[in-house]
Amino acid sequence: MNRGFDRALSDGDVLRRRASFLQRIHIDGWLLFLLLILGVIGLFVLYSAGGRDQGLLIKQASSFGVGLLVMVVVAQLEPRFMASWSALMYLIGVALLVVVDVMGHNAMGATRWINIPGVIRFQPAELMKVFVPMTLAWYLARHNLPPTFKHILISCVLIAVPFVLIARQPDLGTALLVLVSAVFVLFLGGLRWRWILSAVAAVVPIAFGMWMFVMHQYQKQRVLTFLNPESDPLGSGWNIIQSKAAIGSGGVYGKGWLLGTQSHLDFLPESHTDFIIAVLGEEFGLVGICLLLLVYLLLIARALVITLQAQTVFGKLLAGSITLTFFIYVFVNVGMVSGLLPVVGVPLPFISYGGTSLVTLLSGFGILMAIHTHRKWIAQS
Amino acid sequence: MPAPIRLKDHEVDTRLIRGRLLVGAVAVILLTLLLVSRMYYLQVVQFEHHSTLAENNRIHVQSLPPTRGMIYDRNGVVVADNRASFSLTLTRERAGDWETVLDSIIEVLELDADSRELFEKRIRQGRRPFEPVPVMFELTEEQIARVAVNQFRLPGVEVAASLVRYYPQKEHFAHSVGYVGRINEGELKKLDAVNYSGTHHIGKTGIERFYEDELHGQVGYEEVETNARGRVLRVLKRVEPISGEDIYLTLDIALQEAAEAALDGRRGAIVAIEPNTGEVLAMVSQPSFDPNPFVTGISFKAYGELRDSLDQPLFNRVLRGLYPPGSTIKPMVAIAGLDAGVITPSTRVFDPGFYQLPNNKHKYRNWNRYGDGWVDLDLALARSNDTYFYDLAHKLGIDRLHDYMSRFGFGQRVSLDMFEETAGLMPSRDWKRNRYRQSWYPGETLILGIGQGYMQTTPLQLAQSTALMASRGKWIRPHLARSVGGVQPVDTDPPADIVLRDQKAWEPARLGMEHVLHGARGTARKVGDAAAYRIAGKSGTAQVVAIKQGERYNREKTQERHRDHALFIAYAPAEKPQIAVAVMVENGESGSGVAAPVAKQVLDAWLLDEEGLLKSQYRPADSVLPVGVKR
Repeated sequence: MNRGFDRALSDGDVLRRRASFLQRIHIDGWLLFLLLILGVIGLFVLYSAGGRDQGLLIKQASSFGVGLLVMVVVAQLEPRFMASWSALMYLIGVALLVVVDVMGHNAMGATRWINIPGVIRFQPAELMKVFVPMTLAWYLARHNLPPTFKHILISCVLIAVPFVLIARQPDLGTALLVLVSAVFVLFLGGLRWRWILSAVAAVVPIAFGMWMFVMHQYQKQRVLTFLNPESDPLGSGWNIIQSKAAIGSGGVYGKGWLLGTQSHLDFLPESHTDFIIAVLGEEFGLVGICLLLLVYLLLIARALVITLQAQTVFGKLLAGSITLTFFIYVFVNVGMVSGLLPVVGVPLPFISYGGTSLVTLLSGFGILMAIHTHRKWIAQS
Repeated sequence: MPAPIRLKDHEVDTRLIRGRLLVGAVAVILLTLLLVSRMYYLQVVQFEHHSTLAENNRIHVQSLPPTRGMIYDRNGVVVADNRASFSLTLTRERAGDWETVLDSIIEVLELDADSRELFEKRIRQGRRPFEPVPVMFELTEEQIARVAVNQFRLPGVEVAASLVRYYPQKEHFAHSVGYVGRINEGELKKLDAVNYSGTHHIGKTGIERFYEDELHGQVGYEEVETNARGRVLRVLKRVEPISGEDIYLTLDIALQEAAEAALDGRRGAIVAIEPNTGEVLAMVSQPSFDPNPFVTGISFKAYGELRDSLDQPLFNRVLRGLYPPGSTIKPMVAIAGLDAGVITPSTRVFDPGFYQLPNNKHKYRNWNRYGDGWVDLDLALARSNDTYFYDLAHKLGIDRLHDYMSRFGFGQRVSLDMFEETAGLMPSRDWKRNRYRQSWYPGETLILGIGQGYMQTTPLQLAQSTALMASRGKWIRPHLARSVGGVQPVDTDPPADIVLRDQKAWEPARLGMEHVLHGARGTARKVGDAAAYRIAGKSGTAQVVAIKQGERYNREKTQERHRDHALFIAYAPAEKPQIAVAVMVENGESGSGVAAPVAKQVLDAWLLDEEGLLKSQYRPADSVLPVGVKR
């Protein structure tokens, strides 16, 4: 008993001595290392995709810095603290969504932003990407797993409210990602397979209903274009044809950094935001894309390890949801640019230009680090 | 006491979540493999396809039109030039609100609302994205300057330069050199699409048409890299166009102008040929027109005026005007008679003022109704005695007459390089049987002997037959191009020279022609008396048969236009011919009175120096002083 306790203590001493600084600020070294690699790759590709615009590069780098800072701050929070405040944060988030819905700032023809000039300007929907799975994880963790029918029903309501509000903005892409992150919590929480199968079976009539009553014209157009991009090669099919041409013409080894013609001659639209993987594919070829996907897989592998090692159900559910949702970002973006999926506005994590996305993603990884680094070693004995 | 239950449940939960995470991890790996295989499909399997797509995106081939060959007169004076012409283009996609830009253009250039309407129409027609649409042509220096100064107000507006044909000599060569015009639908189908890919104009008539292939040149091209907005970023490959060949004409602008001046505003045609080389020195069809408006596109109104004019300025009288040759063919008929052996120079015919076929009461009248008495060949030519030639034609018969006249080029196209020349008509028994299903009447032979009846000739044919008289049957097709790209055009199918059984037979015909001007009873002796050198010539009148198509009835005009056409052919100096001329003055009535002085003026312009003396190089070797100098 004493020996065991001593060993636990000395183990702690060893850990503290080995990575004392990172340990003290609750940072996971593996995650940080992989995130930095992704950040550097992103800056390299962005330099080419943005037409050697150094201003763009500096903006992105500083966003990345801000994101890292947010990550460090989030990593300091005790997971228990997060759980206890999640319900309130959820309510605040919903309230902000309502505010946006009523009197939001109009950007890009869609009402998505909260803007207090000179202070802050952000999208509440972005917050919900974190708060919804967090709240759901908190809710499910309070009860025995797997969730009962009543719990599932309440969970559905918790999901549906922000989903509808975000979809109304209209930002179906973000709404779906919020939905996905919440569904992952339910899935990890042991949602029974028959429920999952019947939900999948229900997708068809729901999709039909959405098509008829919910989806906007531009969203329908995206789906139609996805199904047959060549039908309108100069209009809405242009993006996908050009991105496929960019990736395809890269071949195995690519045309070389800064030598991609599709992006540099402006044939590839949105080359520095949603379609940036096409630039990477054109300039670095299949090898470049495989290496990037490998880095993502390593990051996800480490996040899965963190999930497995999480000590609380809340931590496991939240970490797992963040990890799987992160993969969904990657999959949906790469799938859409390569023509596997319809064009939805999902940026490629850490590579696409955009500060909001970076900060959201890094705060997610901050939560992962918090879950991992706030473990109670004493409790194991 | 929930603690033990919690503890137990925690293990179940952990197992459950671990199982679900395993499912998730497997899904992640499978979906990643799906992405990798998708990329493999795009980048390896479909590599060629996408590579081509990307290359086609960025690389465009632009054709570089060749510069059209220049045309000079025989002394190097520019007849057809290439002038930079500026047009105003507007690119809608770069203009932003293009209607506002259009308003600015109108304001800057101080144009009216009609122009704006026209420009708007032109802009709406151009439909390819990022294609500059020409809205205004032929900008002046001032307009270019105004656009440059106001460029900041005119986004998407550019001044584009291109080379456009210009004829500095205006109407002087409209009927010989012709003109170029915009390529039309019909021509587009026949043209070599590649070679003409950058060309907007093509030769429509004259030299411009005949030597189109040589003048046009060979198109070049440029492979350029463009961005998505069509802007050219760099040139990847360039094959220079090969400019068209320059053409030096046989025409002499000074002689051309002198000939036109000699017509003195009358309608008519003049052709001057250098008989030893076949070079056409002057080719006049009056009235003429300025070919320049046809290059950029003549307005419908202006074209209508030219087309409907009673004077027919668009009508090429030299190549397409058909006239009975009248007495001008008498020297050639004489050659036929001499060579066929039906007459000798001393053969005499008595002229009572008419001619009658045996057993026929019909009188074929001499122009001099009192008769010239006993007439030999020399006098018959000098006096243009009709009776003698009725007799001669009768002796020859239509078959021999047709053969000999054909050898002089009548009834066939004679030129080497003239566009749309008419063959005219040299009648024969076969022709009449085919045309009228009738046999040939002997009386028709008689009037053919004096150049009347069915026979139709062009002024060019008259000039060429005169040149043949001067060169004693040496056939060289008359041509307008002295050199094309420095090379003399070759006649691959020259007509056979006229070789007489006795070449001396040319001499009495020449003498007769000389006596037309220099004989005591010559019809044109007034003109001959004033000449500084010996001229061989022959007058003629062509009866105007009917009102031509397209003319409106107008009593005064029509009567004037019913008068005979005056004809005169001549070559000089008679001993050593340097120039052969055919003159036709429409409704001039008198060949010797009206056409002959015109012919002499043309001859003078070519043969005399500033002091009114025969140029030394033209003087016959055996004569030291010119004959009969008068100032």
